[in-house]
Amino acid sequence: MTDMKIKKDKDDLNSDIQKEMMKRQSSIKPLNNRIEKLRDESVGKTVKISTERAELITEFYKKNDVEEYLLSVQRALGFKYLMENVSLPVEEGQLIVGLRGTSVKEVPTYPEVCCHNKKDLQILNSREKNPYEIDERDRDHYDKTVKSYWEGKTIREKIFDSVSEDWLNAYDAGIFTEFMEQRAPGHTAGGSRIFNRGLKGIINDIDKKIQRCDLTGDKKTELEAMKITAEAMITYAERYADKLEQMSENEKDEIRKKELKKMSQTCRKVPANPPETFWEALQHYWFVHVGIVTESNPWDSFNPGRLDQHLYPFYVKDVEAGKLDREGAKELLETFWVKFNNQPAPPKVGVTAQESNTYNDFSKINIGGLKKDGSSGVNEISYLLLEVLNEMRTLQPNTAVLTGKKITNRFLDKALEVVSPGFGEPPFFNHDAIIKILLRQGKSMEDARTGGVSGCVETGSFGKECYILTGYFNLPKVLEVTLNNGIDPRTGKKIGLETGPPLEFESFQDMYEAFIQQLEYFIDIKMDGNDIIEEIYHENLPVPFLSLWIDDCVKKGKDYNSGGARYNTQYIQMVGLGTVTDSLASIKYNVFEKVKYEIDEVMKALSNNFEQSEIMRQVFSNKTPKYGNDDDFSDDIAVSVFDDCIDIVESYPSTPIRKASRRVYGLPTTVHVYFGSMCGSTPDGRLSGKPLSEGISPVQGMDRNGIGAVFCSICKLDHVKSGGTLLNQKLAPDLVQDKSTRNKLRDLMRSYFYMDAHHVQYNVVSANLLRHAQENPEKFRNLMVRVAGYSDYFVNLPKGLQEEIIERTEHKDL
Amino acid sequence: MVKGKIFDIKRFAVHDGPGIRTTIFFKGCPMMCQWCHNPEGIDEGVDLFYYPGKCMACGSCIDVCQFEAISEKDKNGPHIQINREICTKCGDCSEICPTGSLKMAGQLVEVDHVLDIIKRSELFYETSGGGVTFSGGEPFQQYDFLRALIEGCKEEGIHIAVDTSGHVRPEKFEKLISDIDLFLYDLKIIDEKEHQKYTGVTNKYAIKNLKSLFEKGRGKDVWIRFPAIPYITMTESNITKMIDILSSLKGIKRINILPFHDVEEKYKKLGRQYLLSSTVTRAPTKKEIDEMTQRFREEGFEVHVGG
Repeated sequence: MTDMKIKKDKDDLNSDIQKEMMKRQSSIKPLNNRIEKLRDESVGKTVKISTERAELITEFYKKNDVEEYLLSVQRALGFKYLMENVSLPVEEGQLIVGLRGTSVKEVPTYPEVCCHNKKDLQILNSREKNPYEIDERDRDHYDKTVKSYWEGKTIREKIFDSVSEDWLNAYDAGIFTEFMEQRAPGHTAGGSRIFNRGLKGIINDIDKKIQRCDLTGDKKTELEAMKITAEAMITYAERYADKLEQMSENEKDEIRKKELKKMSQTCRKVPANPPETFWEALQHYWFVHVGIVTESNPWDSFNPGRLDQHLYPFYVKDVEAGKLDREGAKELLETFWVKFNNQPAPPKVGVTAQESNTYNDFSKINIGGLKKDGSSGVNEISYLLLEVLNEMRTLQPNTAVLTGKKITNRFLDKALEVVSPGFGEPPFFNHDAIIKILLRQGKSMEDARTGGVSGCVETGSFGKECYILTGYFNLPKVLEVTLNNGIDPRTGKKIGLETGPPLEFESFQDMYEAFIQQLEYFIDIKMDGNDIIEEIYHENLPVPFLSLWIDDCVKKGKDYNSGGARYNTQYIQMVGLGTVTDSLASIKYNVFEKVKYEIDEVMKALSNNFEQSEIMRQVFSNKTPKYGNDDDFSDDIAVSVFDDCIDIVESYPSTPIRKASRRVYGLPTTVHVYFGSMCGSTPDGRLSGKPLSEGISPVQGMDRNGIGAVFCSICKLDHVKSGGTLLNQKLAPDLVQDKSTRNKLRDLMRSYFYMDAHHVQYNVVSANLLRHAQENPEKFRNLMVRVAGYSDYFVNLPKGLQEEIIERTEHKDL
Repeated sequence: MVKGKIFDIKRFAVHDGPGIRTTIFFKGCPMMCQWCHNPEGIDEGVDLFYYPGKCMACGSCIDVCQFEAISEKDKNGPHIQINREICTKCGDCSEICPTGSLKMAGQLVEVDHVLDIIKRSELFYETSGGGVTFSGGEPFQQYDFLRALIEGCKEEGIHIAVDTSGHVRPEKFEKLISDIDLFLYDLKIIDEKEHQKYTGVTNKYAIKNLKSLFEKGRGKDVWIRFPAIPYITMTESNITKMIDILSSLKGIKRINILPFHDVEEKYKKLGRQYLLSSTVTRAPTKKEIDEMTQRFREEGFEVHVGG
């Protein structure tokens, strides 16, 4: 190649990348100057640890003789102490107040659950990816005041002290992770209760309930605790009202003065009373949100759920009364948007940091879907939310577009338009199938229809269900242990069952059965641990404030963490379906059917990470049926594994405390990279330590027949039996720029959802751009991509994950 | 059972007619257009592709070839050389190749097998207004196979498109017209001599058959596919003649302009000679395409650039 030609290619590459970046950048256009400033502050600030909450809660426990109170009341009083004393930041120009942490992007810690030691804090401060700033003085102080008190008392320590040795062995080997070892249960979304109930009314309900039923004992204690937190939240809002009034008096700018005055009045009204205007509704929700994420550090922070459904009546009323116009509503929504981004996820360490390595705290706003009566819920706010998402492009909040048979093409086309510049948002969900999932689990039709998805792809009945994710489960690792007769080859330690050496398997069926036995064994260990952990939370960490908002905790006089919710569910998230399927298919095809290789040859190659067996590895990679190409040979195996996982998990009786049914999800966050690092090479040709497949997606780069074939493979799984599955698809930017192809993508997606699929999301980004960003991270700080059920800044991702995203098939055609 | 030769099946195709489609690529074509971008569709027999980028230089193919048609070439790739004169296209090398860098194009398949694959996507056709497209190669070249496939699809109510050069004996062409819902009709050069020069055959049949689609009150759905190649098809006289013919046929729905791009690499992989070097033609500029599009539009045609 001539130098000229090389130079020209390079220029073309750069111009393509520039075009792609331009397309992305031009999408970001905050509504006005105010929003732009708020957004810049939110996006630009670095993440810091705020020690205030930890110090206050420690102070509370040290100052008071908490033992004289029953547990829930103890916790409620602790919450009260926080609400009376936390600082009250007001971002310049904001219209909505309340913040977890002392300032924008300053994150509190939760020593009751997990108390960081000096070394943890040091690592958090200095690690390359997703650091949390905390200077040495604060680290020392934290160690002396906070850590010294909580050591030996945290949930984290209680969990690791209580689980069995088998559990610890499996955990250390990377068979599963444990969601609750650093963060509290939550995994839930608000329902209509939040938008139509004020705290005074709820307090009234509690008083009446205690009186009417002449309650004593646990129920009374729980309700009293809830009441304390309700009052505490009113105090918090009142404190803000006072502060805003003060600020208004001192404010020189007349417009801002009026705003501050109005904000103060709003804080006097909500959340004590139900909101009556659009603005009040947003402020009301936000107070509840801040309360829930201050009380504990629940997973997925908290989710506003079906926001367009809840806000629409307020919007219509305000518009009719002439109090609000479309642009005014948009401005409020954009200020609200920034609030989410101002609250990064609490710091995570150890395995939990690896399974969920991001600042994203997974709060998700559902857009579209069906109403309680089964009709389409798409309204003006649905379109407004899509516009806001398009203009803001912040890391948080996450969104979900709920599609369905009754949802129009006009709405889907608008959503696909928002997908096309990149960023990975919004993902698409099938509300019709979500309703089926919820009905199968025994929810009423109305509770199913008002449900949706929270976190990444998790189905739930909003405002009425406690659905808890307990940890990721490494399917390929279970196969690896099976092929090694119960031994983890990485450590040489025996951690599983002796199901026989592979040489003794006379057929593929023999081998598959051994794999299932091994799977049952590890699921049993995980289930046992789950029961223990549920009890630990029940006995140590009631959440009376969250309980106020989830039906039927007040009615039952029972805490959220003790089974107060109307519906209770417990999940295990299966990971690596693609890798395990292709591995099993490879053995079936190459060893048992085509007899290209003997099993001991394969085992030897695996133990040497395919060194000296590159030809075999190429055959496994290129000449073997792969899941994701609508080939029944491999897809049938995926279906078996999927069904068997569900059968095993669902065969367990409900949990001891919450009486939760046991279910399966198929989502990975970032754990497929960690799990991959714990796994040797696999018979699908994957090298040792490389990431596993993510969600229920095919193995990276192995879906070779287009998106349609992927959809067909995926739909062989009965999604309705899971609680939610995750499918990632990466599209070349050119593919979605043209409307006619986008329309075909929409039709393709509709067919996919007609087949009861749960979810799909599109990463519109070229491998070229990603490679370029990898080499020049400083120039691409703002490059956002879809990771798993959320988006993140590409340069913040660990290298392994960056590679994994690059290696996903980039569909240049449908 | 009727069998036929195909070289590919593309499911979920979006450039071969309306909606989402399954495109069946027939092997064998009576024409030999110099710009053909599916050169593996020209010969009736099988073809062997070599993709050097995928080759790991393991030498398995050299060892397995009974005729010693493959030899080592260059360590830095392309790693092997295929002597196409000796090669019988038996397929042993592609069978053993671990990376898929040696690949056969062309397989004999039964009608039912193809119909099964077509039917797998019926839901997608219904949702998107798509269907099946028979392409190639020249589908009419394997007349019985095409007829059997059309009958099978008709039974299922699947929308049928045929991408044809029209170079078929008119009496055969006539017989299948009524069962085909949409013609993707390739029209290249109107001057017969020029046509002969670049495609190897006369365009008599192509023009006659095109006209017959509008005779006897038929008024079939026809999308003209016009390869836009500077100095060859994009000449002033050819475009004028093209407009004359198309205007005389009342009811041409639309014209798809397919801008030429260089496919020399593909010919190399196939071991085929490529005649359209850069001295002969080049890719048309955006301006040229826009101007031509405008001309067709002025004549009242719906014009699309690309499939």
